[in-house]
Amino acid sequence: MEEKKRTSSESALHKKMKAVTDLKTLGEALYHQIEQGEFPWIKMPTRSIDNIYYSPELRQYILGERRVKRSARNIRHIRPFTQLVWTAFFAHQLSTQRKTSTLRDVYYSAQAYEMSFKDQSESDNVITDLETVIGLAREDFNVFPEERSAVFGDLTIEYTVPGYEGRRMNMTSHPDGLMIGPALTYSELVKTSADKVIAIEKGGLFTRFIEENVHKKFNALLVLTAGQAPRATRHFIRRLNKELELPVYILTDGDPWGMHIAMVIISGSANAAHLRGLATPDAKWSGVWATDIVDYKLPTDPLTEIDVKRLHELQRDPRYKAKLWQREIKTFMKIRKKAEQEAFSRYGLTYIVDEYLPAKLEETK
Amino acid sequence: MTSQAFEEISPADFFYRNRDIAGFTNPSRAIFASIRELVENSLDAAEIAMVPPDIYVRVTYSDGDPDSNVYKLRVEDNGSGITSRHIPSAFGQALFGSKYKLKQSRGTFGLGGTMAVLYGQITTHKPAYIVSSTGSTKVYKYRIMIDIQRNKPIILERKVLINKEQWHGTIVEFSLEGDYFRAMPKILEYLKQTAVVNPYANVAFIDPKGRFYKFTRVTTMMPSPPKETLPHPYGVDVETVKRLIQMTSHRNMLDFMRTHFHRISEKIAHSFLEFTGIAQTKNPKKLGPQEIVKLVQMMKRYEEFRPPSATCLSPLGEELLKAGILKELKPEFTAVCQRRPATYAGHPFIVETAIAYGGDIPRKGDFILYRFANRIPLLYDEASDVTFRVVKTMNWRRYKVSQDMPIAVLVHICSTKIPYKTVGKEFIADRPEVKREILNGIREVARKLQRFLSKREHVEREKRRLSVFSKYLPKIARFSTKLAGKETEPNIERLLESVNTVGGKEKNI
Ligand SMILES: Nc1ncnc2c1ncn2[C@@H]1O[C@H](COP(=O)(O)OP(=O)(O)OP(=O)(O)O)[C@@H](O)[C@H]1O
Ligand SMILES: [Mg+2]
Repeated sequence: MEEKKRTSSESALHKKMKAVTDLKTLGEALYHQIEQGEFPWIKMPTRSIDNIYYSPELRQYILGERRVKRSARNIRHIRPFTQLVWTAFFAHQLSTQRKTSTLRDVYYSAQAYEMSFKDQSESDNVITDLETVIGLAREDFNVFPEERSAVFGDLTIEYTVPGYEGRRMNMTSHPDGLMIGPALTYSELVKTSADKVIAIEKGGLFTRFIEENVHKKFNALLVLTAGQAPRATRHFIRRLNKELELPVYILTDGDPWGMHIAMVIISGSANAAHLRGLATPDAKWSGVWATDIVDYKLPTDPLTEIDVKRLHELQRDPRYKAKLWQREIKTFMKIRKKAEQEAFSRYGLTYIVDEYLPAKLEETK
Repeated sequence: MTSQAFEEISPADFFYRNRDIAGFTNPSRAIFASIRELVENSLDAAEIAMVPPDIYVRVTYSDGDPDSNVYKLRVEDNGSGITSRHIPSAFGQALFGSKYKLKQSRGTFGLGGTMAVLYGQITTHKPAYIVSSTGSTKVYKYRIMIDIQRNKPIILERKVLINKEQWHGTIVEFSLEGDYFRAMPKILEYLKQTAVVNPYANVAFIDPKGRFYKFTRVTTMMPSPPKETLPHPYGVDVETVKRLIQMTSHRNMLDFMRTHFHRISEKIAHSFLEFTGIAQTKNPKKLGPQEIVKLVQMMKRYEEFRPPSATCLSPLGEELLKAGILKELKPEFTAVCQRRPATYAGHPFIVETAIAYGGDIPRKGDFILYRFANRIPLLYDEASDVTFRVVKTMNWRRYKVSQDMPIAVLVHICSTKIPYKTVGKEFIADRPEVKREILNGIREVARKLQRFLSKREHVEREKRRLSVFSKYLPKIARFSTKLAGKETEPNIERLLESVNTVGGKEKNI
């Protein structure tokens, strides 16, 4: 087994340190402004739709040049502004004390400071603002989402979180897989025998693959995205791809939503246009394609109106320009049907592992 | 062959048979109408005497029996009093009165007081008791009943007392069948609204249960009394002109026109006669019937007459109207407007409007309407009244006002001839000239309300603004201090002040 320990996880540590200093710098700037008798203000890139562009070079969404000034002088800004300052203060505290927090924690913690948020989406939004202001992902200042996805397979990592520094762990050590949480996100990737990554949308299939020894049969690391992949998971997939140079194959349901789960892993989302390092542009969507539905004669459901509307949106989306995507969208529209990953059970429980998977891995190599 | 029997009935008999048209429809309406007629007579009398009215109204169980539906009504005032020899007729003869003149007063028909006494008599068969003095050395006491068929008072008793204190005023007391408790809400409402348009009056009321209601004056200032006026040529008919010709001492048309009509100068009389083709020197007594008819027709057609002056009117005035509204309705805001005098069919009139908002004004899901005519509240048949229609058809959204706001609209019309639709004086007919004045008057106060509301909203917005800044700025200061790792917080007072002065400036816009 080749040892592939990389130093790039240090760049994660580096980013964390940068987060601490950037947050403090932000505080100093605001402090200075007030001291000068000025209403504190912040300039940051606009996250509105008309400032989000698709960058063919980076193969992901990015923010354009436009910037907004948020000022405490403005009655409509002052509340979110205050929330932003508080969030910066809270994040700084988390980072310096080397503690992590979930988005939900942040929402509740605010109340202790009489800094109420209307709801969690308001606090999530302010956290995204803070990401945009300092140009770092929330994970870099120790705020993680609740949804957890998992990884399974022969990968050894080394923890860097307090209390576990230097401890190693193999990703086969638990039959359910290991949760991709903060600790795993900032661990170092030490070694692996796998030569590919298979990302799977649904927990049922992920478990089936483990049971069927897919990791061994295909020499693969299995990643469960649990629906739309959380950012930590996308970041993790990217690291597997970049640091360990493993090709990534994505298996989703055969419908516009599954297709888009794959696309967000590959090209990122508009919501994260202000961030880098989440996309894996070389990852492949291996199925279930619309053409697979036809070729494998899978049991189907009809597309709903919403499905069709979504297809029309995707058809116009710059990320979907490539031939494969356009062909699949058109096929979906033509057959007006969709199929879930479980649909292969019609040919027996192991069919998907024995027949479909090898064929598709080959096809999308 | 059949023969029909003909008979003649007296006015008293007519109104006895048709008491509905005077508002004495049922026991509940009757007690309300009686109180109302007597109170209005008292208010008129105090204004004639030019003293702020002190009126005392008492309703008791007749014979002290709470189970009977017979009540005793007593109304006292400090008004002009009635000369002794007119007292019996004033209350014992229908269509007898002192207010048939061309000047504004509450009474007009010479009917109200007599109707009340008549109703009492036909339901209880008891005499009425009247005490009155004009402030002379004597006080007169009468007990009367009405000979309905002959429309004549029957004097049962007459007493003359020495008036040591130079008291002037009138006391009327009589029994009547009624339904006080059903009428009670309307009676109280009537007294309250009377207090609104008579803020210089004291009105006390004791009801059969001994409950005491008091409406106290807030001013002793009274509107200037109306002056009697001559008929306006646009408003006269053939009969009026015939009567004038009969009584005139003038021997030529020029002088006749000049002296007996309202606002006709020599010059106008001149050109008007030229217009009619009647010689200036013609003796009016020599005019033939056809000539009189033609003269009246020409009067309507001639366009150069000056509009009637309003000296015969006695509007309340903006100040008093406001005082009345503030004292009785206790709104947060009120705006009043007195329109300039106008005329319909030769009758001068003045419209006064007001709007009241918030405070004690309740939210009813619709505007509350207060209608007044010659300082009388009108409580019945609201939906038939011209004001109701005007308010309903106005586009209130233009004034940023909606039906669910606590708003009362008041309209007061004063005129020598209020266009009532009935002798019950309950609602006002739809005259285009009157309607226009009402509309414009309400529009004006609505605009004032709009201005008030938007100003208040502005002030409130400013307050809210300031409170937002003083809520968040300290937090921004606190957290940036902690974030920057500093010891002391920066001073935000300057920032707060700047927000405040900007707010102050904006208030003056
Ligand atoms: N309280 C009073 N004080 C002085 N005079 C009175 C009083 N009550 C009645 N009168 C005199 O009696 C007359 C008749 O009163 P009545 O109420 O019957 O008619 P009115 O007031 O002239 O007209 P209306 O029918 O419109 O009320 C009045 O015109 C007035 O001269
Ligand atoms: Mg009267």
